[in-house]
Amino acid sequence: MHAAEVSHIAKSFADKVAVDDLSFSVAPGEMFGLIGPNGAGKTTTIRMMMDIIKPDSGEVTIFGEKLGEATKNRLGYLPEERGLYKKLSVLESIIYLASLKGMDRKSATEKANELLNQTGMLDSQRKKIEELSKGMGQIIQFIVTIIHDPQLVILDEPFAGLDPVNTELLKGMFADLRNQGKAVILSTHQMNQVEELCDRILMINNGHTVLYGNLSEIKARYRGNSVLLSVKGELGEIPGVTAKRPRKGYTELILDGKTTPQQVLTHLVSRGMVINRFEVATPSLNEIFLKEAGKKS
Amino acid sequence: MNKTLLIFRHEFLHTIKRKGFIIMTLIVPVLALLAIGVLQLIATAEKPPVVETTTIGYVDEAGGFNQYTTQGNMELVRFDTTDDATAALINGDIPEYFVIPPDYISSGVINRYTLEKEVETPPLITTVIKNFLTSNLLSDKVPPETVYRIEAPLDLVVTRLTETGEVATEQGGYGNVIIPGIFSFLLAFSLMFSSSYMVQGLGDEKESRLIEVLLSSVSTRQLLIGKVLGLGSAGLVQVVIWLASAPLLLRLASSSFGGFISTIQLPANFIVLGIVYFVLGYLLFAALSAGTGAISPNAREGQQLSLIYTMLVFVPIWFSSLLFIFPNSPIWVVLTIFPVTAPMAAMLRLGVSDIAAWQLVVSIAVLVLSIIGVLFLAIRAFRVYLLMYGKRPNWGEIIRSLRSG
Repeated sequence: MHAAEVSHIAKSFADKVAVDDLSFSVAPGEMFGLIGPNGAGKTTTIRMMMDIIKPDSGEVTIFGEKLGEATKNRLGYLPEERGLYKKLSVLESIIYLASLKGMDRKSATEKANELLNQTGMLDSQRKKIEELSKGMGQIIQFIVTIIHDPQLVILDEPFAGLDPVNTELLKGMFADLRNQGKAVILSTHQMNQVEELCDRILMINNGHTVLYGNLSEIKARYRGNSVLLSVKGELGEIPGVTAKRPRKGYTELILDGKTTPQQVLTHLVSRGMVINRFEVATPSLNEIFLKEAGKKS
Repeated sequence: MNKTLLIFRHEFLHTIKRKGFIIMTLIVPVLALLAIGVLQLIATAEKPPVVETTTIGYVDEAGGFNQYTTQGNMELVRFDTTDDATAALINGDIPEYFVIPPDYISSGVINRYTLEKEVETPPLITTVIKNFLTSNLLSDKVPPETVYRIEAPLDLVVTRLTETGEVATEQGGYGNVIIPGIFSFLLAFSLMFSSSYMVQGLGDEKESRLIEVLLSSVSTRQLLIGKVLGLGSAGLVQVVIWLASAPLLLRLASSSFGGFISTIQLPANFIVLGIVYFVLGYLLFAALSAGTGAISPNAREGQQLSLIYTMLVFVPIWFSSLLFIFPNSPIWVVLTIFPVTAPMAAMLRLGVSDIAAWQLVVSIAVLVLSIIGVLFLAIRAFRVYLLMYGKRPNWGEIIRSLRSG
C-alpha cells in the first residue's frame, strides 16, 4: 500500500491555476523529493494532501484512505513557515502538540527528552520558545513533527534559514527516518539539497509535472556525453574527443556520439597519464530543471 | 484523551495562567479588601467629630424673629443694625449674615451678605434660614411639635409586599443595585478582554502557521469547540471567585461600617442567574471571536472587527441610569433578549426590578441558540479563510462561502 497517493488533483485560486492535474505516489521507506521553483505549487499540493484546503478536483489518499483522525495520527507535517506558542516552554510545547497526535504525556516526555538529547538541546527544555534562536526553534518544530513516530513525514522547505551544522543534523535525521521504513516527502526549491537524499522526485513548475520518477534514472537520462578531467602534464590528442573546454581546475572533454567515457579512460591509462580527476559529467537537478522549464516555455 | 478535550484543557490552562486574566480575577476582591481596610483605618483613626457650632448673624428689621436661634449646629446671633453686622463680618466674628427686611411678610425677600464667592447659597444655609423663619412665623400659632413636623413633614418608609400580602424578603432600593451593577460592569470588561485574547490567539496561530500543524492533528471543529469551551470555563472560574468572595467581603464591610453598606445585598436568584449569564456570555463572545478570527487575515484586523460586538457590550451600561427611572421600558426587554447585550442587561435589571419569567426564558434560549449558530458558522468560515493570509474577504465572499462551506 502507498503511504500517500495523489491522483489528478487540481486547484485554482481567484487569479491563477496553482496546481493542474498532478499525480504521484510515495511508498514506505522512500525519500521523495517534491521540487520546483518558488510558486510552483508545492505548498498548495501539500496543503491539499493535509486536507487544509480542498482540491477542486482529484483525490488524495493517505495509507489507502481519506485523511481522518486516525490517519492524522500517523503523519507528521512540518509547514513551510514555522511558529510555536511563544510563551510556552520547549518541553510543554512538544508534549502538547504530541498529545494532539494521540501520545500520552508520559511517553511524549520520554521521547521528547530523547530527541532533545539527540539534537543537543536538552539544556533548553525549560526555556520559553521566544527565548530560542530561529534555528533552534526549527529544530524543536522538527522534533514536534516526528515525535509521535509517524509513518509518513511531510517536510516543506525544511532547510530554510538553517545553518550548515543544523542542515547536516536534519539530513542525518531524515536518513534515519527512511531507514526506519518511513515515507518522507521533502519539498524544496533548493534542488541541489535533495539530490543526495531523494530516491524519487516529482519536479513541478507552474502547477504542472515536469519530471517524475527515480532520481538516478532521470539523471542517467540527462547525462551528456562529456567527461570532466584533470591530469598531470599535457593532455595531447585523444581519439573520439571532438572538443576540449578548459574549466577552472579541470577540462571538459566533449565526446563524439560513438565513444564512451570508459574508452577515454582506457586510452588515458594506456598512455600512463597521472589522473587527478575523472568524472562522467552528470547534469545537476538545477540544470535539468532549467533545460525542461526552457523546453516547456 | 479526546482531542477536543486536549485543546480545551490547553486553552483553559493557557487562559487562566495569563497575567491579564489573573489580574482581572484577583483585582476585584483585592481592591474591595483594600477599600474596606482603608475605610476601616480612616474610621478608627478618626476621632468622634467635635460638634462645631457656626455662628451666623441676622438683622431683624421686620420684628418678631427672636426664637429658635439654635438650628442644628448653627447659632443665629441677632444684630441691631446692618452696620453692626457688617462690622462683625469684616472683623471675622461671623462668616455671613442675613437681613429680614420690614416688608418681608409681603415680599418674602431675605438679603444675605457674605465674603465668600459662591455659585449659589449652600443648601444647608438655605435650610437653616428657612427653618428659622418658619419656626418664628408659626411660633405663637401652633404647638412646637407641629412646628417641627412642618419643617420635616415626611420620612418615607417603603415596604414591598408579596402577592400573598406578606412582607417580601427582598426589599429593593439602591443596596440591591450595587452588586449587579458592579458585576455587569466587570463582565463587560472581562468579555472585552477575553474576546481580544481569543482573536489575538487565533491571529497569532494563523500568522505563525501553527494552525497548519494543529490542523494536521485535529479537525477545525475540534479546534474551535475546544477553544470556545476553554475560554468559557475560564469565565466560569472568574465568576465563581468573584461571587464567592462577594458575601464574605460584604459581611466584613457591613460589620465594620454598617450604614448603607449593610443594606447592600445580593438579589434573589442573582447567584444562579449571574453564573448562567456570565458563562453564556463568555461562550457567545468566544464563539464570536472564533468567527472573527476565522475571517481575519491577522490579529490586528481581527481586533478591529471585534470592536463591533465588544462595543455593544457596554450599551446596557450606558443606559443604566435610565433603567432606574424607566425600569419597564420595552427597550430593556429588547436589550435582555438581544444576545450580545443580554448578559449585561439581565444582570442590571435583576438588581432594579423583577424580570418576567418569559423574558428570562426567551433571553437564555436566544443566547444558547446564538452560541450554537455562531460556532457553526465560525467552523464553516474558518476553513475557507484559513489560508487567506494577508487578504480580507469582502462580505459577498463571506456569505457565498458560508453557503457553499
